[in-house]
Amino acid sequence: MKFTTLVASAALALGLAGGALADDPTKVGFVYVGPVGDGGWTFTHDQGRQAVEAEFGDAVETVFVESVAEGPDAERVMTQMALDGADLIFTTSFGYMDATNNVAAKFPDVKFEHATGYKRLHPNVSTYSARFYEGRAVQGHIAGKMTESNIIGYIASFPIPEVIRGINSAYIHAKKANPDVEFKIVWVYTWFDPAKEADAAKVLIEQGADVVLQHTDSTAPHAAAQEAGDVVTFGQASDMSAYAPFPRVSALLDVWGPYYVARTKAVKDGTWESGDTWHGIGDGMVGIGDITDAVPAEVKEEALALKAALSDGSYHAFTGPLNKQDGTPFLADGETADDGTLAGMNFYVEGLEGEIPQ
Amino acid sequence: MIRIEARPQPSAVMAYATPVLAVVLTMIFGGALFAALGKDPLQAIATIFWEPIFGEFAFFYRPQLLIKGAPLVLIAIGLALGFRAGIWNIGAEGQYIVGAICGAGVGLAFYPTESVLIFPLMVLAGALGGWAWAMIPAVLKVRFGTNEILVSLMLVYVAEQLLASMSLGLLKNPEGFGFPGSRNLQQYPSAHNAEIIAGTGMHWGVVAALIAVIFAYVLLTWHRLGFAIRVTGEAPRAAKFGGVNPGRLVLFCLGTSGLLAGLAGMFEVAGPAGQISIDFNVGYGFTAIIVAFLGRLNPLGIVAAGLLMALTYIGGDIAQSQLGLPAAAIQVFQGMLLFFLLALDLLTNYCVRFGRAEVA
Repeated sequence: MKFTTLVASAALALGLAGGALADDPTKVGFVYVGPVGDGGWTFTHDQGRQAVEAEFGDAVETVFVESVAEGPDAERVMTQMALDGADLIFTTSFGYMDATNNVAAKFPDVKFEHATGYKRLHPNVSTYSARFYEGRAVQGHIAGKMTESNIIGYIASFPIPEVIRGINSAYIHAKKANPDVEFKIVWVYTWFDPAKEADAAKVLIEQGADVVLQHTDSTAPHAAAQEAGDVVTFGQASDMSAYAPFPRVSALLDVWGPYYVARTKAVKDGTWESGDTWHGIGDGMVGIGDITDAVPAEVKEEALALKAALSDGSYHAFTGPLNKQDGTPFLADGETADDGTLAGMNFYVEGLEGEIPQ
Repeated sequence: MIRIEARPQPSAVMAYATPVLAVVLTMIFGGALFAALGKDPLQAIATIFWEPIFGEFAFFYRPQLLIKGAPLVLIAIGLALGFRAGIWNIGAEGQYIVGAICGAGVGLAFYPTESVLIFPLMVLAGALGGWAWAMIPAVLKVRFGTNEILVSLMLVYVAEQLLASMSLGLLKNPEGFGFPGSRNLQQYPSAHNAEIIAGTGMHWGVVAALIAVIFAYVLLTWHRLGFAIRVTGEAPRAAKFGGVNPGRLVLFCLGTSGLLAGLAGMFEVAGPAGQISIDFNVGYGFTAIIVAFLGRLNPLGIVAAGLLMALTYIGGDIAQSQLGLPAAAIQVFQGMLLFFLLALDLLTNYCVRFGRAEVA
């Protein structure tokens, strides 16, 4: 018998079993790329899973597998969850994109939610991501106000649109807060590597940066800043409040719980549909961690006002006039960037120095 | 009083008994670990070892054993040749990456041309890539006497940076909206290392692994070169007097293990993984070191060891999902296996005696 036939018959058998026991709890699977204790990306997704458990209690059963490598391992774990009767599976890494779609093709009755991807090849696949650049705007504003050396360091992970969008948004708003500000960017080519992140932070601090922003998940840059004494940092993904009130003065938070609860509910109600979700501060997927007293009161007030404007949609983080780095026009006065441009952003805005590595 | 005495001859019985004993001890101590975590130890061990082979969905997991095991066996065979001769290639992970980049690079260069020649060319490129990467530590060792352990290991990190650069630059999918990663070779029929018989997990990498096992077995058992490898490992001085050229042996052993690791990478990227991406390598090159030793550096032993490691990975993931065991506990479990094996190795060359030491 061919594999697809086997899987289809197994799925059919499970489907029949599911029909016979309508009171069965809805089973929700989570596939994580890192360990749940990473304190960053995977940690926040697991918080989302716990929010689902808290919301539905016994009506939902959640399972997860952590530290799943991208590629055939991810495909195997997803297949295994589907075979074990999962109704909904969240796959929480960009690199799971093809695996998610491959497995979704074999299990048309199981719903798949892929984080940060763009491929929805089957009607049972949705994609979702957060508008982290909105949080970067608030971060950029505080950073611009807090720097005295006018040099802001940025620990960047990989030169992909998500990261470039963050750099641009932070720079635009730092520049607005402080026209003399200058960005120094270090590419570390990792999402999580405390040693490399600490080295990058030290290099930036040596070059005069007194604010260090990070698009990597560890707290190592905070430790380096604390050692240097007068350097400001921001929590990334999770709150990292162990370093508050200084050097960590605020944080950019990933908040997946509300979305996971809503999608689980949709599966339970039978109203789940494939779609692409890109939520920001307004929908609660991006949060701003507590702004500590190390930040002057009026700066905190401005930051919260900016957050409110981004939240209710009265202000867009990419609003013209803006030029690209090479001086060509990007957005006219009052124009805002559309989602397509933002999703594929591969250029710096005017004023940023250096080149995006290729 | 417990004493440890050297055996006049390594015990043949113990050489075969220790791997089995190590697995049994791992089950006992692993079970205790799972019990300490509040899980039913018997159920946990049954989930890891029984479920993938005989469970309800074995039809899915059995082919997965081949997919997971093939690269491990292919790499471990090459490593074992060197290890036997005391030549330590620790950088198979890097050779695996470079083989994958070269193989995928050749395939993508022809995209979207369809031809039966493309896949063989990719195989050749993958093998050459891995071989060339291993030649760096080999030539440095022969020419300048550098330590091949350090050089080959350091080159893994160089290869990882090269991989990131390729995913973001030269090999990036032009239709990928700026995201990192190459085109998916699974959607390019001429370059796809598809299953030879659908649903069996049998792809060309599995075939290559089997050929490598036979090749290594014949080499070590009957060929003069195999004899040279064994003698060099067991009695380096005797080998020298016997006319073995140590430089040539280094080039051969490192070159062969690099070539096989490169092939493994190429078959993986063209088949199960599908694309070059930043996180393409998942540690096969390092796990293969465990597999080589678990298999007693013996080609047939390596096949068994590779399948056993694959089983613990697959069963471990099932245990995580079904029983809520943390991934770290599974890794400790796998670590125990190597630990017990190496510890029990003592019994091959030494015997333990109880009672008072006799005064000489």
